[in-house]
Amino acid sequence: MAYQSAAAEALSALADPTRRAIFERLAAGPSAVGRLAAGMPVTRPAVSQHLRVLKAAGLVAETAQGARRVYRVDPRGIGAMRDWLDDHWATALDAFATFADQQVPETDAP
Amino acid sequence: MTIAPIVRTVRVKAPPARAFDIFASQMGRWWPTGKTIASKPHVEIVLEPRPGGAWFERDADGEETHWGKVIAWDPPRRMLLGWQINSGWRHDATVQTEVELTFAPDGAGALVTLEHRDLERFGADADKMAGLLGNGWPGFLHAYAGLAGAHVQQGEGS
Repeated sequence: MAYQSAAAEALSALADPTRRAIFERLAAGPSAVGRLAAGMPVTRPAVSQHLRVLKAAGLVAETAQGARRVYRVDPRGIGAMRDWLDDHWATALDAFATFADQQVPETDAP
Repeated sequence: MTIAPIVRTVRVKAPPARAFDIFASQMGRWWPTGKTIASKPHVEIVLEPRPGGAWFERDADGEETHWGKVIAWDPPRRMLLGWQINSGWRHDATVQTEVELTFAPDGAGALVTLEHRDLERFGADADKMAGLLGNGWPGFLHAYAGLAGAHVQQGEGS
C-alpha cells in the first residue's frame, strides 16, 4: 500500500540523527531555519538541506510568513491514517456481513 | 482543517434489530483477527450496551485493551461509539473520534452504514506528536509501524 512506501521513506529520512533532531524540534512547534540552526552543531545551509529531505519524505511542511519560511510537522500522516481506516472499515464490515449472513436467520421470509 | 468522514455501507440479510445485535454482541466473532490494537490476538471484543459503556478487546490471557466507549445506544437503529485510538494506534482517551452505525430496513434485511468522523482530531493528535516523541524513538516507530500495518510486525514466535 502507498503509505508503506511513504512510511519507509519517512523512516529512512529520520535515520540521520541530525534530521531526527530537527524533526523533533519541529514537533515541539513550528520554527524558522535561523531559530532551528541556533544551538545546533551544524550550519544553517546544512539545516536547510536536511529540511529539504524531510519535506521530500512528507514529514515537514513549509509556509511563507512574510519574508521568512516557517517549517512545521506535516499533518499528511493523517491522510495515511484515513486511508488505513478506510481500508480497515471496508474489511471489517465485509467480515461482519459475511458472519451475519451465516447466522441462522431469525426472520420471516419477505 | 476538516477531513472528510469515512462512510461505508454494507447489506446484510438479517433485519435491523438482528443485525444490530450481531454487530454489537458478537463483535469478537466477526472482527478480523489480527486487525486489533493489542499485541496478542483477541478472543473477545466487548461493547457494553449502554451510553458510557466500555469498548475493549480481551486476549487469551484475559488482558484487556481499551478502544473507546459507547456514546449513544439506540437499538435497533443506531449506535454512536467513541473511538479513542490515536494515530499511533494506541488507546488514548484524549483523542476521540466518532464512529456511528445505523441499521436501516432494506427489503427483508438491513442496510448498515458506518461513518467515522471528526478525523481532523487526529490532526490535534499530530500536533501532539511532541508528546509521542517524548516517549522516545520507539513510540514514533510504533506510529509508523501502525500505519504500515503488518509490514513491520514481528511474529509471535510460535
